[in-house]
Amino acid sequence: MSDQQKIEKQNNTEKDQPANISRRDFFSYAWKGLGIFAALESIGVITGFIFSGKSKTTSDSKQLFEAGRVDSFALNSVTAFMGGRFYLARQQDGGFIALSLRCTHLGCAISWEKNKKRFICPCHSSAFDINGEVLNPPAARALNYYPCMIENGIVIVDINTLKERNTFRKDQLAYAR
Amino acid sequence: MRNIFLHLHPAKVNGTALRFNRTFGLGGMAALLVVIQIITGILLRFYYVPSPAEAYNSILFLKNEVLFGQLTRNIHHWSGVFLLLIAFLHLLRVFFTGAYRNKRKINWLFGLILLVLIVFSNFTGYLLPWDQLAYWAITVGTSILSYIPLFGDGLRVLITGGKEVNGGTLQTFYTFHTAVLPFLLLILVIYHFWRVRKAGGVLIFDEDENAEKVPVIPNLVYREFIVALVLVATVLVFATFFNAPLHEKANPAFSMNPTKAPWYFAGIQELLMHFHPFFAAFIIPLGVMVFLAWIPFLDYDGKEMGNWFISEKGRRSVKSTAMFAAGITIAGILFNQYLINFEILMPKMPALISNGIIPLVILMLFMAAYYWLYIKHLSLTKAELVQVIFVFIVVAFVVLSLVGIFFRGKDMELTMPWEI
Repeated sequence: MSDQQKIEKQNNTEKDQPANISRRDFFSYAWKGLGIFAALESIGVITGFIFSGKSKTTSDSKQLFEAGRVDSFALNSVTAFMGGRFYLARQQDGGFIALSLRCTHLGCAISWEKNKKRFICPCHSSAFDINGEVLNPPAARALNYYPCMIENGIVIVDINTLKERNTFRKDQLAYAR
Repeated sequence: MRNIFLHLHPAKVNGTALRFNRTFGLGGMAALLVVIQIITGILLRFYYVPSPAEAYNSILFLKNEVLFGQLTRNIHHWSGVFLLLIAFLHLLRVFFTGAYRNKRKINWLFGLILLVLIVFSNFTGYLLPWDQLAYWAITVGTSILSYIPLFGDGLRVLITGGKEVNGGTLQTFYTFHTAVLPFLLLILVIYHFWRVRKAGGVLIFDEDENAEKVPVIPNLVYREFIVALVLVATVLVFATFFNAPLHEKANPAFSMNPTKAPWYFAGIQELLMHFHPFFAAFIIPLGVMVFLAWIPFLDYDGKEMGNWFISEKGRRSVKSTAMFAAGITIAGILFNQYLINFEILMPKMPALISNGIIPLVILMLFMAAYYWLYIKHLSLTKAELVQVIFVFIVVAFVVLSLVGIFFRGKDMELTMPWEI
């Protein structure tokens, strides 16, 4: 049935019996509506199926990594923990920060240049200082970090909670009490 | 056998449609490569294990222990590369012969979708060997996504299934690469061909419309057979002499230097080195995609002609625009690399302005000057103007890709190709 005919037919029915549609039209709309509903429902179910499991495998629960005793890290030094995927940096004033390995530009693994006292990214030569602050673009944000705490003189890093930041602030450091 | 070919083709075709320089057989080649990919892909699946612990070893096993294992992998690698290149050339051919208008509009859109599917097939396949090259290329490739505003980072997490590329990413990519994408690709390829036939076959020169019709067997089918043989031979030669790359096993703690995105994203990666990510990874690619999807729906005067580059004037404007685009892209890269870095020049300014809007405006001023000083005086038709913009985009993209692939060495510095 062409659109023209459909409109004519609707007009006729409106004239004869106001606010009524024919049985045939009613069922046709009902089937189409059900079809669309079923399609949307399937999409929802499939999306839920695929992504509910994926998000659980990377849940936000804590995973604690014992880095070592506080006094085993020299002031103004950086220690790599490849197993935990972080660099533990100890500042001049004794504060700790656990920096992510990943450059904030495009995710390459940075390395610590001891002599130049800076992190260098091999991919696009971004550079960061010992706090993770940007020294050289193209990276625009300071390095991400993992929260760390000090209990009974041992530095513990929660390697499942990645914190993003734009710049370095003093309160991101952890101190021994 | 005869019946199958006659089912795929009409019984008779216009004799001039058979000329090789009408299509260069690119669409048929792409279809054949899809078939080769499916066959070799199924073979590879007999040995491949999609887990971070086993994937790399299963490739080594395939290489070292399986009869023709290395060759099969090489064929799969090179057909994948060729498929993307040939699909791209096919897009150029269809555009420059004007076969994207009127009743071919929708098929142009399906062609674009097919190109996207082929890119995704290549991208998901790139990760599967789980070597250093694969791991870091996919890391960089997916990180580009996080620069899309609002939903970009969510999209990246969804695709990689976590903070970084991991076992979940591998399994997702494997499923897409070996099930979802080939299935969609196969269905859409068939539909794509069907629509070509519905549109009356290959577009021909306007003056050739009344040319003599010739039977498909042998005229067309034999030609197709020869093209297929040459293509298969070329793939085999490449697969025999050049191994598919395989570096050390992936190590998430150490990046390769340099780390490059897969070669078909090298253009975007190169763009990222010169523009703020908001423009390089989002605005510019989005603009190009919208432009490509939009061109068939413009109101063109006149019917589709099937002439290469539309007219003599069109040809002239294509040549000069290609040279202009190549020139300004190369000049821009060198200028930004060695002379002025806007971000360092204006440290107080937000990077979005200093490294995004300012260089973009400068670039647009050059383009406007080119238009006012040269293109305007040619008094081109609308179709020819669209062609000029298309050429600019394509040439700039190709130049950016070539620089990214061949001229970026250690620390992503500009280097000569033989020093990489």
